[in-house]
Amino acid sequence: MTATPEQLTIAAKSLWLDKKEFQSFLNVLREGGYQIIGPRIEQGAIVYGPVDRVEDFPLGWTDEQAPGLYRLKKRDDDALFGYAVGPHSWKRFLFPPQLDMMRSKKVGAGWDMEPVPVETVKYAFLGVRACELSAIEVQDRVFLNSTFPDEYYQQRRRDSLIIAVNCTMAAATCFCTSMDSGPRCRTGYDLALTELIDGYVVEVGSVQGATLIERLALPTVAAVQEERAEVARRQAVEQIQRVLDREHVQSTLKQRLNHVHWDDVAARCLSCANCTMVCPTCFCSSVEDVTMLVDQEVVRQRRWDSCFNFDFSHVSGGPVRDQTRSRYRQWLTHKLTTWVDQFGTSGCVGCGRCITWCPVGIDLTKESVILCSEAGLDKPQDSPL
Amino acid sequence: MTECRPKLAVMKFASCDGCQLTLLDMEDELLTIARAVQISHFAEASSSLAPGPYDLTLVEGSITTREDRQRLTQLREDSKYLVTIGACATSGGVQALRNFGSHDEFMRGVYARPDYIETLATSTPIAAHVKVDFELRGCPVDKHQLLEVIASLLAGHRPKTSTESVCQACKRRGNVCVVVAQDMPCLGPVTQAGCGAICPAYDRGCYGCFGPTRQPNPKSLSDHLLRQRLGEVECAMLLHGINAYAPEFATEGQRLWELAGVPKPLHASLHSDEEGAQE
Ligand code: SF4
Ligand code: SF4
Ligand code: SF4
Repeated sequence: MTATPEQLTIAAKSLWLDKKEFQSFLNVLREGGYQIIGPRIEQGAIVYGPVDRVEDFPLGWTDEQAPGLYRLKKRDDDALFGYAVGPHSWKRFLFPPQLDMMRSKKVGAGWDMEPVPVETVKYAFLGVRACELSAIEVQDRVFLNSTFPDEYYQQRRRDSLIIAVNCTMAAATCFCTSMDSGPRCRTGYDLALTELIDGYVVEVGSVQGATLIERLALPTVAAVQEERAEVARRQAVEQIQRVLDREHVQSTLKQRLNHVHWDDVAARCLSCANCTMVCPTCFCSSVEDVTMLVDQEVVRQRRWDSCFNFDFSHVSGGPVRDQTRSRYRQWLTHKLTTWVDQFGTSGCVGCGRCITWCPVGIDLTKESVILCSEAGLDKPQDSPL
Repeated sequence: MTECRPKLAVMKFASCDGCQLTLLDMEDELLTIARAVQISHFAEASSSLAPGPYDLTLVEGSITTREDRQRLTQLREDSKYLVTIGACATSGGVQALRNFGSHDEFMRGVYARPDYIETLATSTPIAAHVKVDFELRGCPVDKHQLLEVIASLLAGHRPKTSTESVCQACKRRGNVCVVVAQDMPCLGPVTQAGCGAICPAYDRGCYGCFGPTRQPNPKSLSDHLLRQRLGEVECAMLLHGINAYAPEFATEGQRLWELAGVPKPLHASLHSDEEGAQE
């Protein structure tokens, strides 16, 4: 996605999109052949789904979050992006929860096997936050830049447009500043918006972004708007209260496999897997052949799976991690430490979803502080299962 | 026509027939099933009832009378594979609430002439009496899982039914968690998936129809619900519902009844067989 010289000129200058023009912006995306996926309100939360008109957006709504708690609240303005992140993440669209991969039909004495073709869709993801850009980059390492790239992910990723939004507020569960993943969008977007009360400062990050936005012939942003945008963005940084001492945890947690506190977490943890389902970087799935009695057909299905499932580590002889304690420990040590060994980056981008959407409010930033402490380390180290 | 297709029987004990209806409701698949197996005994579907032996027997309902107990023993002898379908057959069903109460009192409360009634004081799952080859959960069972059980057993392998929580089905479906966003009590985190997370999709908490997950932690969940100001009685009733007698729900429900000041001792020990099912 390297830009030609004249396109780079466009990219160098930020543009001004007036609030009244937002619908035209959506129209341009649609005319570009994109299916727009953005924020909308469903079941009392801001989720990601198809959006076409300004009215589809959570106009004037924000979210209040705490461990195990999420509430929609009215804002005193009509911002479209005046919330943090909700229960959905973009992985629903790049790495869908359930996917048919292959169909096999019994023909005579044998089987006819046919892969399910990857249906091409061009998404425009609208409202991608900085932590989410980082999360997509983390999943890229797994699904694109590995020995076995994922065809489905590849297609979606290649053809999708990413329109980022710089946060101008943060939830109480956000800690991107600790994970060096936000709240400012740095790379990985085609366009990035900063929302102000009367319009948007638009930064251009790619040729595709430049080509699309050109059609609106937007004016270059005035210095005063740039300044206002900077103030708005700073507000998000100032609101972030939660911290995780990334380097300390990275180097210490692996030495704490026998900390007594794992038992304390296990007494609260439901092993329900909500944390892994909402996490934008978690990538585990299982593949199963589903028998259809009708027509003697077998469908090979891939579904999101989780290390919190009892059967997840099942090998001959039984599950390796047969207690909640070992499952939570696997999850947390992978996220915060062994992920770095494996992929060269942390598995956590500090979005706070696992904190909010844990039904009993287990908070990894709190637990990891206790787990990294010397106190409670009274048992000898055992195997790192 | 000489019959070499495996013989299928569908048998009923104390139950509402809902699980059998799930089988009847499979409009598209029923004919295929009928082609793959010989339906020997299915009173809900046909009045021609062939005696055993059967290759696959699906058992609905719990054991609540002495006669049923005898009938079950015979049925086990007549069946190659015996599979329980539904919450009644697998955990005693909603009628197992009587295991926590006074049978005599219920009888007097419900029947004008309780002396005409002859039942056991308990409602117990099939596995409390005979060996069960596979237990399919649900109230009622899920059509796809039921098909999976029939197809797998006919093909000679273990049915693949997930032991994951309802929450995962919820998340795959895209539901917003009703506990976190709406403060609703929900048994999803301690309940085995199978229904496709229907209730949370319609802004309702999970009723626990599919029974406890593997290694559930109902105590942590109810502690949380109590902190959210759900009353002890409501919380106890949530656990003592459709799968009240499933061991993990039974124990936690009893702890909550105790907290509420209404202790509910069990007549029968949770796992015992004949002793537990006293008259
Ligand atoms: S571990 Fe939690 S905070 Fe970190 S990226 Fe995943 S959901 Fe977000
Ligand atoms: S940490 Fe919370 S969300 Fe994750 S498995 Fe445990 S109880 Fe469920
Ligand atoms: S609504 Fe219930 S089943 Fe769904 S995620 Fe929340 S707790 Fe789990």
